[in-house]
Amino acid sequence: MRWLLLKDLQILRRSPLQACLLVAYPVLIAVLVGFAISRGPEKPRVAFLNEVPAETRVSVGGRQLPAAGVDNRICARVECVHVEDRDEAVAEVESGDVLAALILPADLVDQINSLSTLTPGTPKVEVLVNQEDPVKAQLVDERISTLLAQANLAIARRIATEGGRYLDLIINGGRFQVVGQTIPILGLSASAQILEALGPALPPGPLRSSLAQVTDFTARARDNLDVAEPLIKRIAQPIAVEKEVVNGSAPPLEIFAIAVAATLTLAFVTVLLVAGSLALEREENAFPRLTRGLVSPAGLLGEKVLLGMAVGLVVTLLMLAGMQLFVPLQWDRFGLWLLAILGGGGALAAAGAALGAAAREVRAVSLLAFMVTLPVAFLSLIPSGAVGAGVFDVVEIVTAVFPFKPALEAMTAALDSAGPGIGGPLLHLAVLIAAYGLLARFALRRFAAV
Amino acid sequence: MQARGLVKRYGDREALRGVGLVAEAGELVAIIGPNGAGKTTLLSILAGILEPDGGEVGVDGGAVGWVPQQAALYRRLTVEENLLLFARLEGHDDPHASTEEMLELSGLGERRGEIVARLSGGNQQRINIAIGLLSRPLVLLLDEPSVGLDPRQRARLWEFVSGLAGGGTTVIFSTHDIQEAERYGQRLLVLADGESLFDGSAEALREAVRREAPEAADRDFETAFVAYLQHRGH
Repeated sequence: MRWLLLKDLQILRRSPLQACLLVAYPVLIAVLVGFAISRGPEKPRVAFLNEVPAETRVSVGGRQLPAAGVDNRICARVECVHVEDRDEAVAEVESGDVLAALILPADLVDQINSLSTLTPGTPKVEVLVNQEDPVKAQLVDERISTLLAQANLAIARRIATEGGRYLDLIINGGRFQVVGQTIPILGLSASAQILEALGPALPPGPLRSSLAQVTDFTARARDNLDVAEPLIKRIAQPIAVEKEVVNGSAPPLEIFAIAVAATLTLAFVTVLLVAGSLALEREENAFPRLTRGLVSPAGLLGEKVLLGMAVGLVVTLLMLAGMQLFVPLQWDRFGLWLLAILGGGGALAAAGAALGAAAREVRAVSLLAFMVTLPVAFLSLIPSGAVGAGVFDVVEIVTAVFPFKPALEAMTAALDSAGPGIGGPLLHLAVLIAAYGLLARFALRRFAAV
Repeated sequence: MQARGLVKRYGDREALRGVGLVAEAGELVAIIGPNGAGKTTLLSILAGILEPDGGEVGVDGGAVGWVPQQAALYRRLTVEENLLLFARLEGHDDPHASTEEMLELSGLGERRGEIVARLSGGNQQRINIAIGLLSRPLVLLLDEPSVGLDPRQRARLWEFVSGLAGGGTTVIFSTHDIQEAERYGQRLLVLADGESLFDGSAEALREAVRREAPEAADRDFETAFVAYLQHRGH
């Protein structure tokens, strides 16, 4: 078997393009994935025109709220391109230099302030978009919706805070600044105490009875308005999120991205190499000569699986070493990496052998390997809930039958110290190695036939 | 090598119907016949690649070398690497010495470092045969060895094969080239539709034609052979 392995490595060395691809592919993937996950998401460029006069403030109950710093808030989330007027904003969008334009009209704050009057207006902001690209259009819609939701939330919080302050003033009393003057506010608590003290001083009769009613109302108002304060504050964010993980623990995104890139590399290299190498034995007419006493069909399959595992190991480790330039990896888990790569590589190589034995011709094998590996890899990345329950069940079955998903799970477990154990995926891969090995052996029975 | 009553079926079709063959040491036996006669099937059974449905095959000691019609070697390896690989797979004690021996025998010593894909069809066939000889066979089976070779390459190939037979190796080959069979085959086995029609020398076949189709007996051997087949309804 070792001489066949040596022969396959010699053939690989004699194919400079194939050898270069085997080295260049993982390095390229490593650089692309590393570059992508080591940079934050790009801020979209948005033309921004704020026509609201600088001194205008949102006011509540005749009192102006502090400046909200709208410009800074927006420009922290998008890359603002400040424009002078609407025409310039339109030109920027039309030229494609910016994704969209956001215009805050001059009367925006007046319209917001009118919400607390008897003649409420409708505060509006203007968004200009270029809808030539549906993907871009959706991106803009989502970004603008998020921005507006955040702005609305900020305003609601300020109003709720002011409302709560007024309520506290009514309950507990204090001093209130209005038109440059300070007005003392007695408050319900103090009022109730005064009224209670006055009660015994009045002679029994209807007046004392009425005072008792007022005292009772004041006390109830003080007690119950205390409850209203947190209620008002909740208005700003009525629904709070309490997240509890009940199943699984997601690995960090960069670890998952590395695991996907590594497994994809391992899958393509191993499946294509093993399937192609086996089919080559037939194209070179060597299969009958080899299996005529020199090596058994099972031995030949074993040699191909070993070849795939060996080359897959080298290429995947090369890729992980490249990733180290961008994301620090836990090299103390190297033993688990080896297990994951060899387990995944073994199962993928066995699948490649079955494909090679079934398709028999190198070109057909290459096409088939791509046609199988790529869709299965995509299917393996579909999370539960992203599709209907019935469809997801089918996806689960398909991805359990092909080694990509368990190989990805093993790789993720090997890379992520906080993740689930590697035992389950390795057992799954062992079952697949046996199953695909049997399939390949069966397919070899008609391998040499024309 | 002896084969008796060989039968091979592919579904309902009988590819061989009770074919027998005896070949002595150093003998050159040509298997001829029209397309679909069963030549490759017979050689494959003699080589042990196919299992017969009936009959038996025996060799009096020693290995059987097999050289398929299409050169069975790795075109991206060099001549030497191919020979060394198969010598190792054959389990030779000194594969390098065996490789040297085959390089000398095939006359390709000076081209040992060349990638096989760059060699002519004739030279590829010589390596193909040399690999078949690595098992040091008493019997060498060649399936249409001269297909695709030009006359000069064919001449060199048969010189090489005749040398092997001269050294005591039994050579059994199939061919479509009737003149080639007449020239190099010491015995001819004629197959048609899976049946053995004739087993003897070229002269004996011509005599048989003289009896059955005298008008064709003195013409070229191929014409005589075709007349022989036609006389038997093939």
